[in-house]
Formats: sequence, C-alpha cells, structure tokens
Amino acid sequence: MPTSTNASGEKIWKLRTRNETLFRWALWLATIIAFYVSWMKISDQTTWFFVYDAPRIAADIGGRAWPPRWSYIDQLGGAIWDTINMATLGTIFALFMAVPVAFLAARNTTPSKTFIRPVALLVIVSTRSINSLIWALLLVSIIGPGVLAGIVAIAIRSIGFCAKLLYEAIEEIDSTQVEAITATGASRWQTMAYGIVPQIMPAFAGIAVFRWDINFRESTVLGLVGAGGIGLQLQGSLNTLAWPQVSLILIVILVAVIIGEWVSARVRGAII
Amino acid sequence: MLKLDKLTKVYKTGDKALSDVTLKIPGGQIIALIGPSGAGKSTLIRCINRLVEPTSGSVTLDGTEITTLGSGALRRMRRRMGMIFQEYALVERLTVMENVLSGRLGYVGFWRSFLRKFPQSDIDEAYRLLDRVGLLHMADKRADELSGGQRQRVGIARALIQDPALLLVDEPTASLDPKTSRQIMRLITELCAERGLAAIVNIHDVSLAQMFVQRVVALNLGHVIFDGGPADLTPEVLTDIYGEEDWEATIAKVEDEEEET
Repeated sequence: MPTSTNASGEKIWKLRTRNETLFRWALWLATIIAFYVSWMKISDQTTWFFVYDAPRIAADIGGRAWPPRWSYIDQLGGAIWDTINMATLGTIFALFMAVPVAFLAARNTTPSKTFIRPVALLVIVSTRSINSLIWALLLVSIIGPGVLAGIVAIAIRSIGFCAKLLYEAIEEIDSTQVEAITATGASRWQTMAYGIVPQIMPAFAGIAVFRWDINFRESTVLGLVGAGGIGLQLQGSLNTLAWPQVSLILIVILVAVIIGEWVSARVRGAII
Repeated sequence: MLKLDKLTKVYKTGDKALSDVTLKIPGGQIIALIGPSGAGKSTLIRCINRLVEPTSGSVTLDGTEITTLGSGALRRMRRRMGMIFQEYALVERLTVMENVLSGRLGYVGFWRSFLRKFPQSDIDEAYRLLDRVGLLHMADKRADELSGGQRQRVGIARALIQDPALLLVDEPTASLDPKTSRQIMRLITELCAERGLAAIVNIHDVSLAQMFVQRVVALNLGHVIFDGGPADLTPEVLTDIYGEEDWEATIAKVEDEEEET
C-alpha cells in the first residue's frame, strides 16, 4: 500500500511500497551482474591482439581502397538496374500474394476463424521467419543463379511482412462504414470494394512503399549468394581484393539507397 | 406497412435486448423510438434489416416476411430500407458523390460499381438529391472534409437514393449541435412526407422528438412501455421510461421552443 499513516497521523504517499522498491533494486543488480559475466566471457574468447591491431589494418585497407576506381562505374550501371528491378518486381509479386492472405487472416473478413485463419497465419509466420538471403541461397540452387532467384526470394520474404501489416490494418477499420454499405443491399464483394478497400488504401500504400524501401537494401546483398544485382560485383571485387572497386560499389549503393529513401518518402507523403 | 410481431433478440452473452416487441407502422408514418441507453433501440432497427439477426419473431414489410429470407432476397429487401447512422457512417475516403451513389449498390453489378460506371439515371438522381439536401457544390469533396451536419445530409441522400419504402434512422442528431439537430430532423421529416416514407427514428432527445413526430414509442429493457402521441409524454410517463427525475423542465422547454418556431 503506497499510502500509509505516520505516527503523527499524516498520510504518507509513495509511488511504490517497500517490497516493490526492493524488488526493483534486485532486478537492477541482477542486470549488472549478467552484463559483467557476459563481458568476461566475450573477453576470454577474443584474441585481443587482433583488436588492438584493428585500427592499423582498417587504415591499411582504407588506404588501398582510396581513391575509388571511378572507371569501374561502366560495369555497375546494369548491376544497379538489376538490383532496382529485383526489389520492385519482388515487392509487386509479394503484394499480389499478400492481399488475399491478409483478407483471409483478418478476424473481420476471414471466411472461417477456425480453419482458414490459422492457415493464413501460418503462411505469414513461415515466410516472415526466414531471411531473404537464406531464401536466395535455396532458390539459387533450385532455379539457378540470376535475377529471377533474387526476385522470388524477395517476394517470398515480403509476403508475410506485407500480409501481417495489412491484416492488422483491416482489423482496425471502422465497422460502421462497412455496416452502412451492407445496409444498402450491397453484395459481399461490393461491401469489400466500397466499405473496406477505401479504408485500408493509405495503409496499403504505406506498406508497399516501406517494403520496397527494405527490399531495395536487401537486394543489394543478394548477389553475394549468386542471385544477381550489384552484390555479384561486390563479391567478385572482394574475392580479388580489388579494394578500389569495393569502395566504388559501396558509394554507389549508398547513393542508390539515399535516392530510394527520398523517393519512398515523397510517395508516402503524396498518398497520406 | 411495417409489422413487427413478437420480435425477440437474445445476444450470445445471454442479454435479452428485445423481448416480444410488437409494432405496426403504416406507410408514411414517422415514429420516434425513445428510451434509456441500452434499452434496445439500436438492436430493434438493426433487427429489421438484419444487420443483427433476430432470435425469434417476425418482421414484415409490405407483406414480405424478412426474417426468413435467403441472402440474395435479403439484399433485394435491404434496398427498400434506407438506413441513417449516428456517426454518419460515410466512407470517409470516398467523395460525396461516391458515397451517395453507394446507395445504389444493391441495384448495379459488381464491376459496374467497382469501375464507378453507374447508370445515368442514378447519377441524375444523385445530383437531384444533393441539390435537395443543399450540398450540390460539395459533390466532388471527400467525405472527411465535411462538417457533421453536412455529412449527415450526405447520409440522408445515400439512404434516399435507394428509393426505400422505409427509413431506419439511428440517433441522427446525437453528434450534432442543437441547431443542426433541428435542421436534420426537419429535413428527414420533410423528405418522408414528400415521398410517403415510413420511418423509425431512434432518438435520445425527447423534446426534439416531440417537436417533429406524431407518434412516440418508448422501449425499456427490450419492452415497449409506451406508444402514443407526443403530448401524452407527461412527467409520469417519462419517469416510467427513464426513472425518477424532474421532467417539468424538459417538457416546459419544448413548449417554449415551439412558440418560438
């Protein structure tokens, strides 16, 4: 009881009782001990010589990487274009698949809460839980190296993400608007088109742009496992220790990501 | 003619929202449905167009039994019953025109409605109704740009474009200021008179109801406990409906206001 009465009869108010305060102190203490123990373990397993050496090595690589080999840019144009296409097509395919999954997963639109909804949720969880790099690894061995594997990897990884955000948006719609459309004698599909779709359009657009933004970054590394795009060039350059090329590729990726960020911010602003 | 016979609704939680409600509303008559919150007013009008499925009893509109209709026939029946809502229930991100035309959804096919290719006669009627409710200049505005009173006018136009025989009106003025409330009630009663529509108007404001309708029905705990003219609402009757309170002020106020208008 935070409120108590002292000897002179005044009411004393404290935020927490004595036991609660003690419990909190114990929790802080346990956290500090756990941090200390973990730190000791990490320290034991670290070869500190390499760490002390790190600034020198970093400076060495930096020195080799600078200046970037600007002439190499001729070979990067196609690769960055592939990367953009991978992200864009992957996102579009993902959205096509995510929309029906989201409607099946949302409590207020699913045809069956006991049978279909769990299946839809399973699709969402399973596609979300595996990183696109791992999907790309699998798909490169299944459908061969190239951009297609990258597109499919991006698409599969994005279904769950988009469907989850979209079904949450569907569950949050104002049900009286749907009720009003139903009351006019509209069919199920008309109710969806007039009562539900307009309400989730801003969320849909936001999700699409946001996911495209993420996919663009992810697709820059998919080339590392052979799924096409600029990552392929990056891997080649790293393997041959061509540091000036690596630095140029990193600059190109950085510039492309900044442009992507700007585009998605503009698009989002225009919609909402 | 709308007939309710022993209409009963028991919710899954076991709450009995309506018990044996029997009412007859002839064509062209407007009734005000009053009663305390939770009395079953909203449930009653939703049981008529089956947004809420009644548990037992029957609803008959112009000789057609509604409670047993299959989904296709129910949709055709819903076209005959326009509904107006408390919070307007417009689709906020659609334009005023789209909202009005959505009242025709029961009459046009999916693709025509999806592509917004409504028949010219519907579009003419939509313009006529928007003109009637005084919002012709707002046709291309998005619904969320409108004020409360304007939204409710759009809601009225949406209900009327269905060409209904009956209006189900759920607390049309609860979110509006007193002046707009009167304008909206006046508009609803005028339009009903013009078109010979029957209407059930759920309303909290007893004095507003007395001002605009000729028949008042009171619900309490799902039972009809009063059915009579506005002048029969004496303090004793209001005490029966709502419980003990000083009712003289409410009723006296009504009379004053009527003198003014």
